[in-house]
Amino acid sequence: MTAYLGKRLLIGLATLLVASVVVFAILEILPGDPARLMLGMNATADAVEALRNEMGLNEGLLPRYLAWVGGMLSLDFGRSYTYSVPVIELIRERAIVSVPLALMSLALSTAIAIPVGVFAAARRGRPADTVAMAASQLGVAVPNFWFALLLVYVFAVWLRLVPAGGFPGWSAGAWPALKALILPSIALAVPQAAILARVTRSALLDVLGEDFIRTARAKGLPRGAVLWRHALRNAMLPVLTIMGLQFGFLLAGTIIIENVFSLPGLGRLIFQALNQRDLIVVEGIVMLLVATIVAVNLLVDLSYAIVDPRLRTAR
Amino acid sequence: MTTWKSVLAAAAIALASCTAASAARTDLVLGVPLEPPHLDPTAGAAAAIDEVLYANVFEGLTRIGSRGEVLPALAESWTVSDGGKTYTFKLHTGVKFHDGTDFDAEDVKFSLDRARADDSTNAQKGLFAAIDTVEVVDPATVKVTLKSPQGSFLYNMGWGDAVIVAPESAETNKEKPVGTGPFKFDKWAKGSSITLVKSADYWGEPAMLEKAEFRIIPDAAAAVPALLSGDVQALPNFQLGDALPQVQSDARFKVVVGATEGETVLSTNNKKPPFDQLKVRQAIAHALDRKAIIDGASAGLGVPIGSHFSPANSAYVDLTGTYPFDPEKSRALLKEAGFEDGIKATLKLPPVGYARDGGQIIASQLRDVGIDLEIIPVEWADWLKQVFTEKDYDLSIVSHTEPNDIDIYSRKDYYFNYDNPAFDKVIEELNLTSDDARRTELYHQAQKILADDAVNGFLFELPKIGIWDAKVEGLWENSPIQANDLTKVKWVD
Repeated sequence: MTAYLGKRLLIGLATLLVASVVVFAILEILPGDPARLMLGMNATADAVEALRNEMGLNEGLLPRYLAWVGGMLSLDFGRSYTYSVPVIELIRERAIVSVPLALMSLALSTAIAIPVGVFAAARRGRPADTVAMAASQLGVAVPNFWFALLLVYVFAVWLRLVPAGGFPGWSAGAWPALKALILPSIALAVPQAAILARVTRSALLDVLGEDFIRTARAKGLPRGAVLWRHALRNAMLPVLTIMGLQFGFLLAGTIIIENVFSLPGLGRLIFQALNQRDLIVVEGIVMLLVATIVAVNLLVDLSYAIVDPRLRTAR
Repeated sequence: MTTWKSVLAAAAIALASCTAASAARTDLVLGVPLEPPHLDPTAGAAAAIDEVLYANVFEGLTRIGSRGEVLPALAESWTVSDGGKTYTFKLHTGVKFHDGTDFDAEDVKFSLDRARADDSTNAQKGLFAAIDTVEVVDPATVKVTLKSPQGSFLYNMGWGDAVIVAPESAETNKEKPVGTGPFKFDKWAKGSSITLVKSADYWGEPAMLEKAEFRIIPDAAAAVPALLSGDVQALPNFQLGDALPQVQSDARFKVVVGATEGETVLSTNNKKPPFDQLKVRQAIAHALDRKAIIDGASAGLGVPIGSHFSPANSAYVDLTGTYPFDPEKSRALLKEAGFEDGIKATLKLPPVGYARDGGQIIASQLRDVGIDLEIIPVEWADWLKQVFTEKDYDLSIVSHTEPNDIDIYSRKDYYFNYDNPAFDKVIEELNLTSDDARRTELYHQAQKILADDAVNGFLFELPKIGIWDAKVEGLWENSPIQANDLTKVKWVD
């Protein structure tokens, strides 16, 4: 178990190191001068040069890379070129929007997908199954930004139950803030739930064909107990894998959804920073996202061990 | 369903009539597409900065009014002497910055010296290039001496980049702007909104709004639902989209189409063969059907231009007839220039709707006369590098939004690569002239030279589409400079 975990941890760290080199290199070769972009078409050459010096852009590549990586180890992500505040502060301000949003969507998509998947598997081939699978097909096919706009027109413009976009900030109180996140999290969760429901159903169907299920049924266990306790637990491995992968998509999805709902989250920040060539911010967020995904994968690996006791002893 | 909807509607109407009976609203939420990178107008070119702060929070010696005229601001009057080289400004007294410190001549000297210093990062440093010295005569009088007379000096001092800041707060203006205007900065929720509140001790006519919030709505498709749901009450700079007809047909809103200072041109590299030949540039001019371009790239709302000048300016001359749309003539000119087999070139397009849409139309119009364009879409940062800085381009499309910027054609090394001593002489004289009649005459000459030389393909003036609640009054219809002046905005019943 420790060896298994240690190996995973090492792989994770190596991923981070490689990612830092790739991210830094790609953003450095991206065309465009951040200083010129900030000062615009009418700026004089010496004003641009003065700003380049102020931003530290005139130093060499290697010293800048080392300073950047060194700083990150002590959680210092540098200073934003455009906002001229520490990057970590920007990330913190935005994470308090994006992280709750991602968690809400994950919870919501799981809460929809698992029951639907189990329900469909238990009624395989019957009309309920067909309807559930057709609905999930639709959920996979509908683009989330379009679905988001549809939600806005129905719930914000027509029914006026929630704001059409924007975020009042947590300082305005928990309920107004959560209210602003309801539509975005639904828009993010539905396509994810659709995929997850399909995976749950097929994983469960595989398990339901196994001998031990017949044994459980034969010894007189009720249908529900067989389904939820024996079958679902054994079907969890592929479901967890997909959930881990989906978390990555969830973070990417926030870039689009946060734009549609004008939410001040990490997705908006990275989009804006990239357009303004605020490279240090982009680098910081990308590294943070890489770290998050590495951590989530580690958690998924760990949860395999919890779900499947064989993994605890075998490796 | 229908029943409870109508109950809701009745309740809403009852509520609405209640509020109507009380005093008019004094708060306004404006939707803006771009968030300013910071809040210091003297340290960045982003229009978004001025669109929040100009005239509202910060003021200069002079200011630009809604029709592009120069008005007094912190300077109540001025005298010009020494053949146009010396400007003596008489300042308002009793003016305070929002942090309580006094405004006086020292602040003016500090601001102007800071903007033109060697290490200045002012995006429009050129505005201050003519200044030789700034002297404090007494706390209410400042004398600015120029190296040589400059006809546009008072106009230049009205730019957002020339606002007056205090030495105590200049360093922190990026995060917490401190000015002298009728509104003071309240808070900035990064990524969400910027809030201004009325300044209680403003020296001039107080604002009529108590509170104004600029809400950042990056997606044009999201701006319309925000307006329809009442979350925002004004979109002063609406990004052209399919949703315009939907709002136009709604009586709750006013849709106002005005002019900007944005000359949209088919930028041409005047040194790169074959575009260094006048005949080729004339052929391009004859091949452009402005009506089709305006219909496709600005929903038919742009005003055609024949030179680099805004039709809203009083010194404008209509030169759209210089090279009328005539594909036959265009082909003949290409043949004369020796290109009967056609020309192959590139068209680099920045990521804005008018350029990407207009580019398709222009490419097809030019293909019709034998000029085959390869369209290369680029990002802004990339555009600024490749096209603007390195001049590595044949043709491009961009809107030049700086006000009164015909002088860019006389700049050495500007990306058009245009060089005409006769034109430079006109601009030089314009700089030295302050007599209005003569200035107008010179502006006419300058426009004519550019039109005749077909320096760029002159397309149209970018429209400003403003949408706001029908009960809101006082927002600018035109955009002579990039600003959302809220000083006269109010709600009426």
